[in-house]
Formats: sequence, C-alpha cells, structure tokens
Amino acid sequence: MASTYEPIATTTLSSAASSVTFSSIPSTYTDLVCVVNAGITSGIEDIALTFNGDTGTNYSRTYMYGDGTSAVSGRTSSAARISLGSFGSGVINGNNIFSVMNYANSTTNKTVLSRGNNTGNHTIAYVGLWRSTAAITSMLLGTTGSTWMAGSTFTLYGIKAA
Amino acid sequence: MSPILGILASARSAANAANSYESIATVTVGSGGSSTVSFTSIPSTYQHLQIRGIGRNTYLDTFTSFTINFNSDTGSNYAWHYLYGDGSTALAGAATTQTVMREINFASGNLTTGVFSGFVIDALDYANTNKNKTIRILGGGDANGSGAVNLSSGVWLNTSAVTTITLTPSNSGNFAQYSSFALYGIKG
Repeated sequence: MASTYEPIATTTLSSAASSVTFSSIPSTYTDLVCVVNAGITSGIEDIALTFNGDTGTNYSRTYMYGDGTSAVSGRTSSAARISLGSFGSGVINGNNIFSVMNYANSTTNKTVLSRGNNTGNHTIAYVGLWRSTAAITSMLLGTTGSTWMAGSTFTLYGIKAA
Repeated sequence: MSPILGILASARSAANAANSYESIATVTVGSGGSSTVSFTSIPSTYQHLQIRGIGRNTYLDTFTSFTINFNSDTGSNYAWHYLYGDGSTALAGAATTQTVMREINFASGNLTTGVFSGFVIDALDYANTNKNKTIRILGGGDANGSGAVNLSSGVWLNTSAVTTITLTPSNSGNFAQYSSFALYGIKG
C-alpha cells in the first residue's frame, strides 16, 4: 500500500510575522493535520484560524483545559475565527496540532480537532466548527493579538484515505 | 515522544517514518444512512490502528454517541473513561463491565444540517495476543452554541488480535449520509 500521510508544506519564520498562510491546498487528501510549534512577541495569544479568506462570523469552538489547578471548559460562538491556543511571548514554548477533518468535501460543515500545550500555562483540547460546506483550499494562521516570533514552525500534512 | 498519541503521534509518523502510515479501508455512508459500520479482515501486519472520521447520528437529539466493539464480542468485556468539556464545565466519568466502548459528543439529528462531529481513535498494539487491547480518542462536535470536546480511553479485556471493528450509532439511530470512517494502519 502507498504511504498516505504526506507533508504538504512547511514554513519556518526567519523574522516575526503577523500570519502564515497555506494556500492552493490540494483536494486530494481526506484530512489535514497542521503542526505548530511557536511563540509570539507579546502576551499570551492563540492561533486565529480562518479558511478560504472567510472573515465572517462563521466560526465557533468548544474547549477544555487544565492549568495545574483546575479543569475548565468554555465556548466561543459566532466568531470570526477559530482560536486555538496557546502561545507565550519571548520563547517558543507553545504547540498546537490540529486536524481539519474531511476538509475537501462540499457537503458538510468543517470540524477541527485540536490539542495544544503551553508549557508555562496549560494543556488544552478543542473542537471547532466552520459553518461552510465549501472545500478548504487555503487557511490563514494569524494570532489573536500579537505576531509570530522568528523561529516558529508551521507544517501542514495531508492524510489520504483509500 | 510516545509512538502513538492521536493526532500528535500521527504527525510523528509522517515526520519520522515515511511509508509507515497506510490506508486500509474507508466507509462513507450513502443516502439512507447506515445502522452500523464494520471493518473486517483487518490485517495483523501493523503495530497500531487509527480510525479518523466525521459523523452524525440520525437519532433526534443534539448529541449522542456511537459504540465500538472488537471482533463482534458483545459480552461485558469492556470499560471506558472520559473527560470532556461542554462549554461551561469540565466533566469526567467512567463505565466498567460494559458490552461496548463508546465515543461521546456525537452530532445528531436535531442539530443544523451539515454539522458533523470529528473523531480520531487509536487502537494500540491491536494484533498482540499477550495483552488486553486499549484505545484512546480525541473527539467532539461543535454546533455554534452547543457541543463538547472529549478525551476518552477504553479497554477490551481480551488478548485476541483485533480483526474486526464495529461502530454503531446509539439509540438505534443510523449514521447519516456523508458520515465517513477511514481506517489506517501504522507500522512499527
């Protein structure tokens, strides 16, 4: 059988950047997996994830995390992005690996599953929704209020089902 | 890094072990739905299995679940634990001496059309005949104002190699059209 888990693109920032974009994503895979190992230049912020350039309030997410003291759950509805955290400033101590499930179909809304860790703060899991049936061809990873640090890495993989 | 940790380990597979992650079979539910999805004759040539997919139960509720059985065993030989967040509270629970393992927070028929849950299920060392079989799940569904995300684990108290996996929506519902289940094998 052929290998079905393939790298599509990798970006390593040589200088601070406000966002990273994966564009012209081929429709030949079943799921996408994005691996982010990053830091930001100020504060503690999340990935601000949008698809296909859609900046409308068509996104939502539900999360739970443990911060060393308690377990917490929360939700954001009708947002202009899916926020996936989290990342601290001045050091690359955050990671988030998220799957975009069945991203290329044109019949269902798109679901995102994510696990993130900020080594100074918490560990967290998310489910996110983009209320669109469009096939995803691009995704933008901004931040919720800062910029990505130099040295941050972003790798996109495709998983191809039989 | 552990050899298999859901989507985290899947990334590891891609990065470090070219050609080790292979598609075994995929089921996409057609019009009319399906009361069950089974993967049969699973080869024993992999180290781990992973099922990735999206789905929805036709049963008229907001979120329900689907069950997981190995090798058609419907005896009380399963147990499972879960941790989930429903948007306001983080909750934990468990069930022992069960006839199934279970994936919870599964989108169902009362939600807006088009909302499907996602899940990634890892079955560890599934072909080993010296130990019971364990699974772990990252799953959940969000419906813009409702939903939950969960981390779950399960055990099948049996040392047989897993050759069949059966997935069944709860409440006698059907898997809705466009539900899709992809089985992958990960070599050791």
